[in-house]
Amino acid sequence: MVKHLSSGMYFMQGSEALAEAAIVAGCRFFAGYPITPASEIAEHLAKRLPQVDGIMIQMEDEIASMASLIGASWAGAKVMTATSGPGFSLMQENIGYAFMTETPCVIVDVQRAGPSTGQATKCGQGDVMQARWGTHGDYAAIVVSPNSVQEMFDLTLHAFNLAEKYRTPVIVLADEVVAHMREQMFVPSLEKRKIVDRKKPKPGSESFFGGEEVPSMPSVGEGYNVTVTGSTHNEFGIRFTANPEVHRSLVTRLVKKVRNNAELLMDFEAFNVNDCEVGFVSFGCTSRAVYEAVEMAIDKGIKAGFIRLKTVWPFPERIVQAMTQKAKAIIVPEMNLGQVFFEVQRVVNGAADVIPVNKIGGGEMLTPEELFSEVERGVEKQ
Amino acid sequence: MNEAFSRKNYLRDIPFPFCAGCGGTIVANCFLKAVHELGHQDLQNFVFCSGIGCSSWIPSPHFKADSLHTTHGRSIPVATGVKLMRPDLRVVVFGGDGDIVGIGLSHLVHAARRNLDITVIMVNNMIYGMTGGQVAATTPLKAKTTTTPYGGFERPLDAARLAVSAGACYAARWTTAHVNQLKEAMKKALITKGFGFVEVVSQCPTAYGRRVGFKNAGEMLLWLKKQSVTIEEAERLTEEELEEKIVVGEFVAKTSPTLTEMIRAVLKEARD
Repeated sequence: MVKHLSSGMYFMQGSEALAEAAIVAGCRFFAGYPITPASEIAEHLAKRLPQVDGIMIQMEDEIASMASLIGASWAGAKVMTATSGPGFSLMQENIGYAFMTETPCVIVDVQRAGPSTGQATKCGQGDVMQARWGTHGDYAAIVVSPNSVQEMFDLTLHAFNLAEKYRTPVIVLADEVVAHMREQMFVPSLEKRKIVDRKKPKPGSESFFGGEEVPSMPSVGEGYNVTVTGSTHNEFGIRFTANPEVHRSLVTRLVKKVRNNAELLMDFEAFNVNDCEVGFVSFGCTSRAVYEAVEMAIDKGIKAGFIRLKTVWPFPERIVQAMTQKAKAIIVPEMNLGQVFFEVQRVVNGAADVIPVNKIGGGEMLTPEELFSEVERGVEKQ
Repeated sequence: MNEAFSRKNYLRDIPFPFCAGCGGTIVANCFLKAVHELGHQDLQNFVFCSGIGCSSWIPSPHFKADSLHTTHGRSIPVATGVKLMRPDLRVVVFGGDGDIVGIGLSHLVHAARRNLDITVIMVNNMIYGMTGGQVAATTPLKAKTTTTPYGGFERPLDAARLAVSAGACYAARWTTAHVNQLKEAMKKALITKGFGFVEVVSQCPTAYGRRVGFKNAGEMLLWLKKQSVTIEEAERLTEEELEEKIVVGEFVAKTSPTLTEMIRAVLKEARD
């Protein structure tokens, strides 16, 4: 019986790599509903989870899938679901519940072209803002964005660790291209994989929703009589539907536990940031064309650089600001009509030209040539 | 030997927030008596899931137990996650008619179909009470509510029979005017191996009763009793005669392989 992947090189599909990472991270409950282009994750886990004594259940819809994750997480399991735009929309209310109740869980959004049904089989990157602001009210989201099969593995493992460490939902913002592509992937040895588990309460403890930045989390059936509620609650989980202070202190702490750790959470790949005339800020599958466009530019003697977001949220502000020390133009290519662009514009605050390059429809990707011509245009302006 | 019933074993010292005359506390009382009579001295083996609405506040936070007070209508799928990971715990869902057969209807059907081994107690007050008295899927035809000021134009849903046809192993309906029968039905639902469903038709004097002509909760309870006919009696009545009636009794009591049994068998097969 294969338990989880042993160390070594593999040739895998992105969805499979993500699913295997979940097993390595300790995920033992997956619930989902069929949707293109995310179904491969559920299919792979339907086969694999029972082999490691885990449960995969296909629920009646995405609302129920997300709800069952919450129940399973409070029953002590590490949990995950995977979906795409329409399903991600349906999950939002319960994702908000998971934020409010500090329920660790991993939600994978394999982006496709939206809005609505859009082009179900075609790649898109239009859920960047939804991943950050999809549910109502004040909260702070942690969103990671893989750009390769390797990262489908690495960042999913990381997402579970962050979910457990900070007791919060973590979103893996993948896309159709990275989920469906096949490439080589290296799995590190068991000793080199860091696995984080949620902090368990000390016997007799009663405060599971406050008192510290990330409170300890009991499971049901452990004798703690834990009261979990999506209504505003005090540190003991007791509902306060009108008290202004209880609400302020709870929601402020929930936001701060991400904001206060933003520097730790921000993760990116950077090249030539401090010495580029023209720089890129990109994420997901689009960033793969950026690598090549930057190489083309350097071959032509243009000083080009890039920042590739591995965490989209919290947004890595300082490194983007650092790029403006020299770069006069920052190009933001996305398979949407402008989302990360506005964030870059906010952070750059006039210190450089921010140039959006957008392409939507048919899953057509931005090509290295298209991006290179933007670099040339950026240089001409200077 | 069963010790004498003491509310302190089951309830936190937090008063119920219900309006005067609400049926919610009758349901809580019957449930805790049922639990006690089944020999549970406390609620340590139980996990309660509820959604949004007045009756979702019966367990949360009042029961001295683990409880998840979830989003509107989603208590059953949350309970599904709990039960699948902790099949050793007794999982009980409390919810209103809005939660269970309004916004969350499909989850009731699918949990019964899967034969998920949990107990669902649906407090049917025939109205959206917490939000001020809007028409529900269970409101009697022609009733005046805040969103049907000229009288309703939709027929109400028969939740207990729906649970039966979806595959529930136990389904019963009683009213808050039948406390003994209700308590016994809750006991049976709790010991049922498989999906158990108890519908309690209850009074909401504040958001429903006063708008349809009842002076107080007592009048409503008498009405609930008067309108109730047993399943056997109902068989002899015409559809027209049944229109205003509440059919009470046990609709099904059977056993069949449960979801947790089926899923554990699959796990065993996958491992071997």
